[in-house]
Amino acid sequence: MTSEQAAMGTTVTAPQGTPPGAGRERVFGLVQRHGAAAVLVLLLVTGSLAFERFPTGDNLGNIAITSSFLATVALGMTFVIITGGIDLSVGSVFALGGVLAAYGVRWGSLAALLLPLAVCGAIGLLQGLLIARVRLAPFIVTLAGLLGARGLLLSISDEGARTYLIPHASLLARIGQGSVLGVGYPVYLTLVLFLAGAVLLQRTRFGQSVYAIGGGQDAAALMGVPVTRTKVTVYVMSGLLAGFAGALNAARLSSGVTILGTGMELDVIAAVVIGGTLLTGGAGSVSGTIAGVLLLGVIQNLINQIGDLSSSYQQVVSGAFLAVVVVVQTYLSRVQRLR
Amino acid sequence: MTDDGPLLEVSGIVKRFTGVLALDRVSVRLAPGEVHALVGENGAGKSTLIKVITGVHRPDEGEVRLAGLRAEFASPLEAQRAGIQAVHQEIGLVPSMSVGRNLLLGREPRRRFGLIDVRRMEREAARTLESYGIGVDVRRPLRSLGVGAQQMIALARAVSVDARVVVMDEPTSSLESREVETLFKVIGRLRAQGISVIYVSHRLDELYRICDGVTVLRDGRVVHQGPLAELDRLRLVSLMLGRPVSDVRAQGVTKFSGAHDTADEAPVVEASGLTRRHMLDDVSVAIRPGEVVGLGGLLGAGRTETAKAIAGALPLDGGRVTVAGVPLRRGSAAAIKAGVALLPEDRKAEGIIPTLSVRENIALAALPRLSRGGVVSDARIDRIVETFMKRLRIKASGPHQRVAELSGGNQQKVLIARWLATEPRILLLDEPTRGIDVGAKAEVQALIDELAEAGLGVLLISSDLEELVEGSDRVVVLKDGAVVGELTGSELTEEGVMTTIASHSRAEDDGG
Repeated sequence: MTSEQAAMGTTVTAPQGTPPGAGRERVFGLVQRHGAAAVLVLLLVTGSLAFERFPTGDNLGNIAITSSFLATVALGMTFVIITGGIDLSVGSVFALGGVLAAYGVRWGSLAALLLPLAVCGAIGLLQGLLIARVRLAPFIVTLAGLLGARGLLLSISDEGARTYLIPHASLLARIGQGSVLGVGYPVYLTLVLFLAGAVLLQRTRFGQSVYAIGGGQDAAALMGVPVTRTKVTVYVMSGLLAGFAGALNAARLSSGVTILGTGMELDVIAAVVIGGTLLTGGAGSVSGTIAGVLLLGVIQNLINQIGDLSSSYQQVVSGAFLAVVVVVQTYLSRVQRLR
Repeated sequence: MTDDGPLLEVSGIVKRFTGVLALDRVSVRLAPGEVHALVGENGAGKSTLIKVITGVHRPDEGEVRLAGLRAEFASPLEAQRAGIQAVHQEIGLVPSMSVGRNLLLGREPRRRFGLIDVRRMEREAARTLESYGIGVDVRRPLRSLGVGAQQMIALARAVSVDARVVVMDEPTSSLESREVETLFKVIGRLRAQGISVIYVSHRLDELYRICDGVTVLRDGRVVHQGPLAELDRLRLVSLMLGRPVSDVRAQGVTKFSGAHDTADEAPVVEASGLTRRHMLDDVSVAIRPGEVVGLGGLLGAGRTETAKAIAGALPLDGGRVTVAGVPLRRGSAAAIKAGVALLPEDRKAEGIIPTLSVRENIALAALPRLSRGGVVSDARIDRIVETFMKRLRIKASGPHQRVAELSGGNQQKVLIARWLATEPRILLLDEPTRGIDVGAKAEVQALIDELAEAGLGVLLISSDLEELVEGSDRVVVLKDGAVVGELTGSELTEEGVMTTIASHSRAEDDGG
């Protein structure tokens, strides 16, 4: 009945300080961080083998430029989500940024860039203050922001009836439409922003605060992390980046299109999560986000290559992919917690 | 002790929470290099006082002086900048971040442009930790370390900044004895540097080993202050409890009565061959009705995992659990239905729902039992809640008080009440008295006894050897996930348990 005679000596115990599963944890970490990049490479290779029109410079450049606007918005969202928050307003703010740029171009290209940055930054600031200082739920605050920014956009554009144009000769239009080596300026701008974002996140105290708040806000506060300031800052960043991306997109299209950005926040969140950033906060990376954005772009492009497949399937595939990512993430964190 | 003037002087602190007086004109003086014990039952005001000193709460009256200067802290950050560091009972670190980044968060070494010098940070972190006897890879996430190691890292973080006063709130509650020794060495070093320590602990041995002065709090008031050496243990306990010395002497420190006579009854729970890779290796335990079976062993020996496995909360590679002869299906729902109740080790994370009331917390697990056709009967809940609040002597303003506002001991009682309300056949208690004060501890121990007498099978996990030995009828000793011995009757002594743990090294086991 008793178990004194139970067989012993078969467990494998790791030496002190290295609990069992440390190696496994490393593997999980790799999957978490670089899973999206790995799948992206896989898709690029199979895409190139399957469709001869896929790996052309034109096509890849096209993926890059269409992804760059989403990527810029997703950069801000990455910071927000790592703090454990969410920003649903980015789609509306993106559209608002575009309309404001087209509206402001009458005072010159500089004004056309500064106006959306000022307004969208202010929206971010207001949201950040409500979330960090008044402690309202990010979901609700930014949902209000989504509606508010869309309303503001409509009021500027006569209920959406007026579309402001950006003259082709303006500097703004040239930034949006010009290219070097077959790749549009916005792509380079996005890359620079991501580089800066990566450095900010990994190599500065601000970045460490962002991780710390998402990993445990109370603990972070006890450790002296400036919680309020950091949270306000990430929402301001998100607003600024969404507005800037909107302005750039308008410059590329030569007009402030009012119907853009509806539902964009969901694509952005999907890209960030696919990139390995945890919706619960505390973990994630800027490089993952870029992989996530490109992955969505490549999936869409590949489905377009399959001529007779409706492009609606792109959303089905993206959705399925997102679901798989979330399942894997949940599984990984559950295994880690159980140990 | 105040020859050079106090380093920290707290005087006349009053703090009220929604009308309740938590601190009533409390004054404490700390000389440089003094280790000062702060003791009292849970709810006596220790935590509140600590929070006032560390800038979490602002006092309604009174003042804090640091090296003679008046200090008003608007936030923990300001208190830290002034040199007041705190090590909390719940580790105040970020589990998802690496060890090194946790250790140096907010004061990372930087290069030009304010960029963090990651390699220097890792080197510095490793060096700091080494000096506290912790040798871990500083790049690993904190989460992947044991609780004891995490606690040491929190401590290292607190004292490696320019600390003048370090507040330690139950720092040893999750440490192994080896780690406790390291902690004491660190405290010795702090003392030599003229850094003062406020030391909060329920473990009297520790207090007498390292503390110079003592402040005893009860109901928010200072009831005694002075050198600890001049206060004998019995008197200290009686001061904390507010009971005469003779009372304490008569009842002893633990509240267990004798053994329960159960030898010939069939086991109510039988776990056999529980196996899970890296955790459990063929663990078998049987518990009879009315019997308290202890699980002995060091941290990480597989005690918690065994309890979880029996409660269906740990997926197994092999083995089975039967309750009253009926094999249990997988999952904790089946286990609960069969009458297995688990009181988890980490009551904050795994048990208590702090935002709900006492009433709701107690009724939670019993709701299926208390409802008919999906409709819950309020009257029946009220009756059950009232019964258990009385029987377990839960101190709350009423059934509708939020559990978060109760002391640790009372939270624990609420959890026990929750499971008792489901009328279990077996109760698995994982460190039921950890972090609760002497008085509440005695009550919980008495309760365990009472429950066993009433015919419940109890599995008791405790790192407090005295509690384990006195409370159990039988102790099964685990080591590295396997059973290495079982002690009953006259072999069941603290020494016996320690010898069993110590004498079974891996090499020997391979032979047998």
